[in-house]
Amino acid sequence: MAHTQEHHHEHHKETFISKYIFSMDHKMIAKQYLITGMIMALIAALLSLLFRLQLGWPENTFPWLETLLGDWGKGGRLDPNFYLALVTLHGTLMVFFVLTAGLSGTFSNLLIPLQIGARDMASPFLNMVSYWLFFCSSVIMLISLFIESGPASAGWTIYPPLSALPQAIPGSGLGMTLWLISMTLFIASSLMGSLNYITTILNLRTPGMRMTRMPLTIWSFLTTSILGVLSFPVLLAAAVLLIFDRSFGTSFYLSDIFIAGEVLNRNGGSPILFQHLFWFLGHPEVYIVLMPALGITSEVIATNARKPIFGYRAMIGSLIGISVLSFVVWGHHMFITGMNPFLGNVFMILTLIIAVPSAVKTFNYLATLWRGNIRFTPAMLFAIGLVSLFISGGLTGLYLGNAALDINLHDTYFVVAHFHLVMGSAAMFGMLAGVYHWYPRMFGTLMNEKLGYLHFWLTFAAVYMVFFPMHFMGLDGVPRRYYNFTGFEWMQEWGDLNKFISISAILGTAAQLIFIWNFYYSIKKGKKSPQNPWQSNTLEWTAPIEERMHGNWPGDIPHVHRWPYDYSVPGAPQDFIPQTVKDDDLPEEIRQGKVKPAPEHAGTPASETVADKLLFSRFINLFGFKKA
Amino acid sequence: MAEMAGPRRTERRKFAVEPIEFLMWAFMVSVFMIFAGFTSGYIVRKGDGNWLAFTLPTAFLLSTALVVLSSIAMQWTFSQAKKNELGKVKTGMVITLLLGLGFVGAQLLAYSQLVNIGLFLNGNPSVSFLYVITFIHALHMVSAIIALIVIFAQAFRFQVHSKKLMGIRLVTIFWHFLGILWIYLYGFFYFMN
Ligand code: HEM
Ligand SMILES: [Cu+2]
Repeated sequence: MAHTQEHHHEHHKETFISKYIFSMDHKMIAKQYLITGMIMALIAALLSLLFRLQLGWPENTFPWLETLLGDWGKGGRLDPNFYLALVTLHGTLMVFFVLTAGLSGTFSNLLIPLQIGARDMASPFLNMVSYWLFFCSSVIMLISLFIESGPASAGWTIYPPLSALPQAIPGSGLGMTLWLISMTLFIASSLMGSLNYITTILNLRTPGMRMTRMPLTIWSFLTTSILGVLSFPVLLAAAVLLIFDRSFGTSFYLSDIFIAGEVLNRNGGSPILFQHLFWFLGHPEVYIVLMPALGITSEVIATNARKPIFGYRAMIGSLIGISVLSFVVWGHHMFITGMNPFLGNVFMILTLIIAVPSAVKTFNYLATLWRGNIRFTPAMLFAIGLVSLFISGGLTGLYLGNAALDINLHDTYFVVAHFHLVMGSAAMFGMLAGVYHWYPRMFGTLMNEKLGYLHFWLTFAAVYMVFFPMHFMGLDGVPRRYYNFTGFEWMQEWGDLNKFISISAILGTAAQLIFIWNFYYSIKKGKKSPQNPWQSNTLEWTAPIEERMHGNWPGDIPHVHRWPYDYSVPGAPQDFIPQTVKDDDLPEEIRQGKVKPAPEHAGTPASETVADKLLFSRFINLFGFKKA
Repeated sequence: MAEMAGPRRTERRKFAVEPIEFLMWAFMVSVFMIFAGFTSGYIVRKGDGNWLAFTLPTAFLLSTALVVLSSIAMQWTFSQAKKNELGKVKTGMVITLLLGLGFVGAQLLAYSQLVNIGLFLNGNPSVSFLYVITFIHALHMVSAIIALIVIFAQAFRFQVHSKKLMGIRLVTIFWHFLGILWIYLYGFFYFMN
């Protein structure tokens, strides 16, 4: 037990700073990401309530707005420029800071080493730097809320010319500069994280953990990181050109422009070029947001349905399929930029093909639930909620992916409805499912279930009440990003619906306070969790949750002998067989194949299947990652 | 390089590629993607017309030669480190360093040649692209030079030898990568301009 002693030794050396602040322990870094992400989410939600107030009650004045916002709320009315700033920061914070860094950062950090049986990340140091860069970029982004000219206001997609000409609108000045600095740090942080995740997954798996025995969470973190490594640098390239346009007089994105009757000395630029570069990141980015949530859902659904995940290999295949396709569909955001119709058709067909792997995942979730012995924990409810949102938001993607229809729907509330359901809410549900499920792994205690149910049902109702009606507004042609709709006769009929949406949004946000209270209260006061609270097969539950040590396991790292989804195996003593159990330890009749261990696993308990040999092992040996 | 948590001594496995080196390769993929973004932007923009054609500055030939020579010197240095020829390692590093600085100098020379024929950063996008892309490449070269200086300092503390090759190995790989990247960029400009 030399290891145990070694650990006690390490324990004494740790100071407050090395343990809680500049920690290199992946579990602590995960918590740092989670808490930062939650704070950013709360701020982003409050920003959205401010602009929902404007959309719901465009004619009213709210004196307290002036107290709160000063000049931005003069006379109790929200300033139109600040409205744009709010929309921009809400989108930026949610997409990047909450659903990219908060989601991937938390669960990749927490689960990768624990679920593949590693002591820590490949480079714990880089991991720490990655968090602190994220922290700095968050602070800079928030500071931009407090400067006189206001934060960036060109939308989360920062299209030029609003982003490229510092004199265009108030938010184009210092606010935009801070946005660019913050995002540059963010990209660096995200790259460091992703490089570390990929390296760890491919190199530090414990003996027996073949690629085809990894939990689907790990597969989703792997494909997510690969997308990040390939697409974020392109956003960086786009941002560099933008910075040169802003500060050094180049004209990459700017062509003959008049401002206040004056011709600017720019020529030959193309704002469409920015859109190409942006969406080359932007589309993969939406899957960077969604895929970790899908991985979490796979894990939570299989565990709580007490069934092997349906179509394990198909799940991996669809993750890979989605990843590859997501690089060749960016044009569907640009159908109305006057692109060559032939090119538009190519993008349209490729876009619609994405529906195939997406549908594979959906049906596999449903098939896993089918006749399962379901435990409706709060995590399970959020996972099922994700499936629901993925379906209702994904279906509208098919409308938007159709170029002829998109010409009408582009930049309307239909798009807003689409991506808030399929990306915003679905990924948020995945994240919440993950928090409820792995909370005991992080804090050693359980969250309150009753509050969890209350939180789920209020949130579930609220997201549909807020986003579903937006489809109808969009079909009617109501444009997104407008400050108010009172000036147009035909849009006024939507006024009452806008009020309804705003009220629902306030209720939905209020429901999150239940969650936040539950989260903080349970850290100290929650019920103590058993070692393996959900009777799960994966390795993270073999590491002691009482004493969360750096290095994860007091003794040797666990070895793996099976895939992670052996639930409800007929003839087994329990309804789950952890990955660490050897075949020799199983009852006779399972071993002799009289009873099949599990449908998906049939015939392959100990030996590798042909596909495994051909596809993964060979491929992996090719690159020199010997499995032990 | 940075310490690795990874397996304990008893759990040490033989890796065909050490994790930290693997990380380096993945990093180079992402650096390449920056330039893939730039060069595809270049192609897209060129397709729009209003594109000024010009002959590339001759200094680029010099920088290409220097970058190739520096790669050879770097490789030689690495092989000397493997043989524990510490004196030669230091000499090799100095030579590589000078050639690397020479490369950066040659790029600056190229800029001045461009300015002399009236092609400025804020001119036609064809010129702006050339400036920006080569500038970002040069920034990477500077970072490699800094890494080399760090390794050079380690060599003086007898920290670079056949049992401790990872640092110099990573720098060598990155150095070659930047050389190859430059040749790609030069070829790209040559054929696309
Ligand atoms: C069957 C699958 C899908 C298809 C065919 C599809 C198609 C589209 C199309 C064509 C647009 C552009 C609409 C426009 O601006 O006119 C769009 C927007 C968007 N989609 Fe999807 N989508 C799908 C799934 C997803 C998923 C899974 C996510 C996220 C996880 C997502 C996130 C977004 C976002 C964020 C936008 C809006 C970006 C913006 O303009 O601000 N979509 N989608
Ligand atoms: Cu897209």
